[in-house]
Amino acid sequence: MQRLIEFAVGLIFGLGLLVSGMTDPGKVQGFLDLAGAWDPSLAFVMGGAVMVGLLGFGIAKKKTISLSGAPFNWPEMKQIDRSLVLGSSMFGVGWGLAGFCPGPALVTMASGNGKAFVFVLAMLAGMVLFDRFKKRDN
Amino acid sequence: MDIDWHHFTLGSSLLGGILLGIAAGVLFLNSGRILGITGILEGLLTPTSEDSPWRLTFLLGLLASPLVAKLILPANLLHVPRIDASWVVVIVAGLLVGFGTRWGAGCTSGHGICGLSLLSVRSLVATLSFMCTGFITVFVIHHLL
Repeated sequence: MQRLIEFAVGLIFGLGLLVSGMTDPGKVQGFLDLAGAWDPSLAFVMGGAVMVGLLGFGIAKKKTISLSGAPFNWPEMKQIDRSLVLGSSMFGVGWGLAGFCPGPALVTMASGNGKAFVFVLAMLAGMVLFDRFKKRDN
Repeated sequence: MDIDWHHFTLGSSLLGGILLGIAAGVLFLNSGRILGITGILEGLLTPTSEDSPWRLTFLLGLLASPLVAKLILPANLLHVPRIDASWVVVIVAGLLVGFGTRWGAGCTSGHGICGLSLLSVRSLVATLSFMCTGFITVFVIHHLL
């Protein structure tokens, strides 16, 4: 039953990305292009998602345990540091360059798009590379 | 500021956003997990027996979505991806997104949707950071190069 719910959640998330326009890099870049002909659509994606999210997480805050019985994994990290800002900024450059962030890239890859497939491979390589760097630092 | 009315899709974008919020809310309320694609992929690259199953089933659902969309959604609701970036740029962008999201511990889903819904200042800073560099990057490639 839990597996079914998780599958459905993944499916709904993917459908949300597809319907919203997030899986179209041209649309993402249209949103990020403030100086050109600006397409504000993606602000409404974020707005809609956070509106519902506030409700969902708000209900969770009043509960002690999740419906499945597993504890809530509240994010523990609070600090605002160099890694957060530099990493997120680096992500933004890649996001702007190709118009893909991780979720939409996976969905577009699954729809059979070659460039999205290559993007996902490079993205996974970037993640592995980060882990190598981190290990060397420690 | 010029609004691109031709491409502006208020209804479907809002609807899609609501679906994203529902998915994030249901996953947390049911399983107690944060819906962050970066975290889910990270978990699969370094598998742990406890967390791998839900990450894998979530990912399968995500990957099944284009097929299901084709079957159940009207074609006019679906966007055809327009990818301007060359293969080389796609590779560079992928590397930056992979490295950057792990470094910053989250992407548009974990920091953007879940973090902002949790009113996390940390996630707000992350979201503002990637939005800012996203705006700057597109300004450079569309207007300066």
